[in-house]
Amino acid sequence: MNQYKLIYKPLGSIAVLIEWPYEINSDILKNIHLFKSRIKTKLADFILDTVPAYNSLTIFFDTGKIKYSSIVKKIKEIYELKDQILKTNSILYKIPVCYDDVFGIDFNEMSGALRISKENIIKIHSSVIYDVFFIGFLPGFLYLGGLSEEIHYKRKSLPRLKIERGSIGIAGGQTGMYPRESPGGWNIIGNSPINIFDIKTDPPCFAKAGDKIQFVPIDLKTHQDLTKQIQLGTYLIENGVYG
Amino acid sequence: MEFMDSNILILSAGMRSSIQDLGRKGKRCYGVPISGAMDKFSAILANNLLNNKEGLPVMEITLVGPKIYFEDYTLIAITGANMSPMLNGESIEMNFMYSVKSGDILSFGKLICGSRSYLGVKGGFQTERILNSFSQFEGITKHRLIKKGDRLRILNIDTELEVTSSKIKVKNTHFKNDKIEVTKGPEYNRLSKNQREYLFSEKFEIDALNNRMGYQLKSKRMPLKESEIITSAIIPGTVQLTPSGKLIIMMRDCPTTGGYPRILQLTDLAINQLAQKKTGDVFKFDLESSFKFLNRLIK
Repeated sequence: MNQYKLIYKPLGSIAVLIEWPYEINSDILKNIHLFKSRIKTKLADFILDTVPAYNSLTIFFDTGKIKYSSIVKKIKEIYELKDQILKTNSILYKIPVCYDDVFGIDFNEMSGALRISKENIIKIHSSVIYDVFFIGFLPGFLYLGGLSEEIHYKRKSLPRLKIERGSIGIAGGQTGMYPRESPGGWNIIGNSPINIFDIKTDPPCFAKAGDKIQFVPIDLKTHQDLTKQIQLGTYLIENGVYG
Repeated sequence: MEFMDSNILILSAGMRSSIQDLGRKGKRCYGVPISGAMDKFSAILANNLLNNKEGLPVMEITLVGPKIYFEDYTLIAITGANMSPMLNGESIEMNFMYSVKSGDILSFGKLICGSRSYLGVKGGFQTERILNSFSQFEGITKHRLIKKGDRLRILNIDTELEVTSSKIKVKNTHFKNDKIEVTKGPEYNRLSKNQREYLFSEKFEIDALNNRMGYQLKSKRMPLKESEIITSAIIPGTVQLTPSGKLIIMMRDCPTTGGYPRILQLTDLAINQLAQKKTGDVFKFDLESSFKFLNRLIK
């Protein structure tokens, strides 16, 4: 596991910030998640929470039980362990997305600026299997990696005051979904009826960092049908173990 | 005996009043902020005065107090900012326990010091508990604030309770301290020598943009050469420097991640003290001595 040179810093007195090289790629993602699951298993008594991100992992520890210097020492030892690398299980979730013009309010602008037809933007957007890098910004907001460079598009210079829940957007090299209504500067190309964050379930978010997401195009009628099924609680998201 | 709910009725909500405990722990990995009382010290004190467990939910009141009608017996204690509390129109003391009965009305008057008061009741408020916390937060609890007409459930007590604790004296420095204690943040090293000098010699004024999520400061713009970071964890007390050179101090409702350099980090004591400051207040950053800092980190 010890393939990177890591930097350890305190974040306040409650957390250890571990940093990987300053770049975004899926090898680093895998390394972060393997390390995270090892730490959570081996140091379960001391760990309160974890916040993985693109090139960092922040470990919140129980300051009543252990001091910063001791937990860092234990964490470093885990990174150096030369045991067999176990495969971490990731789950692929297929998220239905309606790319109809009713929702895809920024297709015209993007299509014109990128010189790619709307149909091709949809094809490119829905053909990739995205990595869930981490969850942040809003409860249930998934940071996804893997957006094809052809459809990278700058975020709006003036954010909209209101973006609908379930909106699928593109901002620079990122794509994602708004778990609830929020202001935002992403270019909106579609909408999913899925509840990505549900306080009635624990964990409240079905996906976790390290999982995979694919967007599946659906028409407006299907969007309406699924919205009803989701309200009734009869809809199950298609998913399976990946890789 | 028939079991009945006990309640309090909100006659007027005051400003940004909400129920808070010590936060929604262990859910950061789903992007859920920690939340919890802005001034934890005062929230815990309210519970201590009532012999409650320290983490029970209390009411956080900001700048303007609510008017509350008690429908049943309970004990109350008010801590934090002094907003001239009154029971049935008569002044009552801060940091003391009072017994109330059905028909009593709690109201508040002029703000004397601080910015946030905490109202504790015997047994804590028994409002909705979501993901292991009572703290109100948009998108998590049904409402993010208490509003007029709300009836909040409290512990059922069927006789008048005796006042058993004595008044606690809280040092004025908790509200008036103009030094906010900080340690170096993960990107502190990106600051130039001049910027560091400026940061620790200047007095900063709190901008009108301040709430439970963060406090923006009025300052000379001090842009960094490398003005962004790859999105990474932030916590309450993290001081971020935005690309336009503005300083923002994250508070209890801050997101779990952010993309601006984290140049300083407030200690927990400093977060509690900042939570008692308001628009226009000024303070200096005080770098915690490295001896004290190391002592805290090393056993």
